[in-house]
Amino acid sequence: MEMFHVFLALILMLSIFLGFELISKVPATLHTPLMSGANAISGITIVGALIAAGDGSDPLARYLGAAAVSFATINVVGGYLVTNRMLSMFKKKDTTGSEEAA
Amino acid sequence: MTLELINLFYVASAALFIFGLKQLSSPATAVRGNMLSSFAMLIAIVATLTGKNILPWEWIIISIAIGAIIGGLAAQKVAMTSMPEMVALFNGSGGIASLLVAWAALYNVDNSIFTNVTVVLSILIGGVTFTGSIIAWGKLSEVMPSGAWVFGVQRIVNGAILIGIIAVAVIFCMDPATDSQYLYALIALALIFGVMVVAPVGGADMPVVISLLNSYSGLAACAAGFAINNNILIVAGSMVGAAGIILTNIMCKAMNRSLANVLFSGFGAVKQATKVEGEVKPITADDAYLILEAAQSVTFVPGYGMAVAQAQHVVRELGELLEKNGAEVSYAIHPVAGRMPGHMNVLLAEANVPYDQLVEMEDINPRIEGIDVAVVIGANDVVNPAARNDENSPIYGMPIINVDHARTVFVLKRSMASGFSGVDNPLFFGDNTRMLFGDAKDSIATVVAEFKG
Repeated sequence: MEMFHVFLALILMLSIFLGFELISKVPATLHTPLMSGANAISGITIVGALIAAGDGSDPLARYLGAAAVSFATINVVGGYLVTNRMLSMFKKKDTTGSEEAA
Repeated sequence: MTLELINLFYVASAALFIFGLKQLSSPATAVRGNMLSSFAMLIAIVATLTGKNILPWEWIIISIAIGAIIGGLAAQKVAMTSMPEMVALFNGSGGIASLLVAWAALYNVDNSIFTNVTVVLSILIGGVTFTGSIIAWGKLSEVMPSGAWVFGVQRIVNGAILIGIIAVAVIFCMDPATDSQYLYALIALALIFGVMVVAPVGGADMPVVISLLNSYSGLAACAAGFAINNNILIVAGSMVGAAGIILTNIMCKAMNRSLANVLFSGFGAVKQATKVEGEVKPITADDAYLILEAAQSVTFVPGYGMAVAQAQHVVRELGELLEKNGAEVSYAIHPVAGRMPGHMNVLLAEANVPYDQLVEMEDINPRIEGIDVAVVIGANDVVNPAARNDENSPIYGMPIINVDHARTVFVLKRSMASGFSGVDNPLFFGDNTRMLFGDAKDSIATVVAEFKG
């Protein structure tokens, strides 16, 4: 283990605390969009898919990478679109258009 | 771009993810928050693509196009009632992607013990997330039987798989190779384990499993981040991990059960509730109208049954008429109503119920005595007073919406049968309870017609 990994561990620790802080503030009304939105964020693994496959000289690594890119894209595109669809439905009282909700 | 510059863009991306999540704390800013978050994702992807040695372009474009088409179509087509299944499937694809990333990483990285351990973790969590999500999807969409799948030696079998995973993982970490048979064994065991841990959980408890798998998909990305030394994967992955854990915890608390209890025991298997007997007092839609017409405050308590009956639109219409009539209208939503946390809120928002009328259990319970009429639609366990009074009830201790303390309770019900968990409900026999039998949508529509007529 190198020093670099220790820094990554520090990043991990801070992100978990930050995640808990941010997400405990989300009201129950938005828990479903929160879940699908967070789910879309977990598609960040697409970055790993692009890198891991790109650096490889072995063809199998490329196949694996390409498959990972497809799966992660489903997660990212589907996740964000469906979250947007849900959030756009939440409207305040006495508003007719969607401007107020945005 | 140099590696340093790419990493700077990752920092910007991480900041935008954080801002995005922060704006999710209010329905007024949530749409913008989601957009910020997707913009953060775009930055991370584009920055990565500018790095050296990325896959041949045509491969990237084809892979992304396939994923985008599938994901985009699914997101547009899915009905709001099927949202839990959809999230489960998206979860699963994130999980398998992390598994594949870790597998591909074996071809590139220095084989230090640290990297191997993270590769193994990523494969394990990703694999469990993938098959676990597929099973959860199957149970929720009723492609598979939704009941708990339990057999006698299950714990022994699961224990054996777990020991197998640990053994194979240790051997693999000692001597990693891209064509190691232990690698294939590890992947296979992770996939099997995902099936085995979700199969014993019944359909009613699936929301907890979905939250948990959501957390896993983040952790899998996080582990993959360690495997390839990438900070944005670690930051984004761990925040998703935290989100999943918080939601899991909320669901468990709302059912007064521990996570272990949800995962390892079939519901209601242990206790038999005290039999409740009594006489129910039915009411006609006409009489219900007269009472509602005189009410000053009305609260609707919806459950998943309302969505099944597709009654949310007529309910909203009735809510508007009651408001015009001078009554104060609210919708009280139990944390585990619906099939995932916050599911009922989405279904009501879809029916154009304004979000400021959606109230949580903790807000409505202290003032429920002042409510003239509580209308229970398609909910059962979450309003069952046995959870408060009957120590023998399987749901004893679960926090409920105390509708029995309202002045009058209407329970809309198709017929006399117990709810999802098979629990008798003393609410139906309460002095202030009136049963409005029939299809919820038809019953409400009749009341609405009376108001208009």
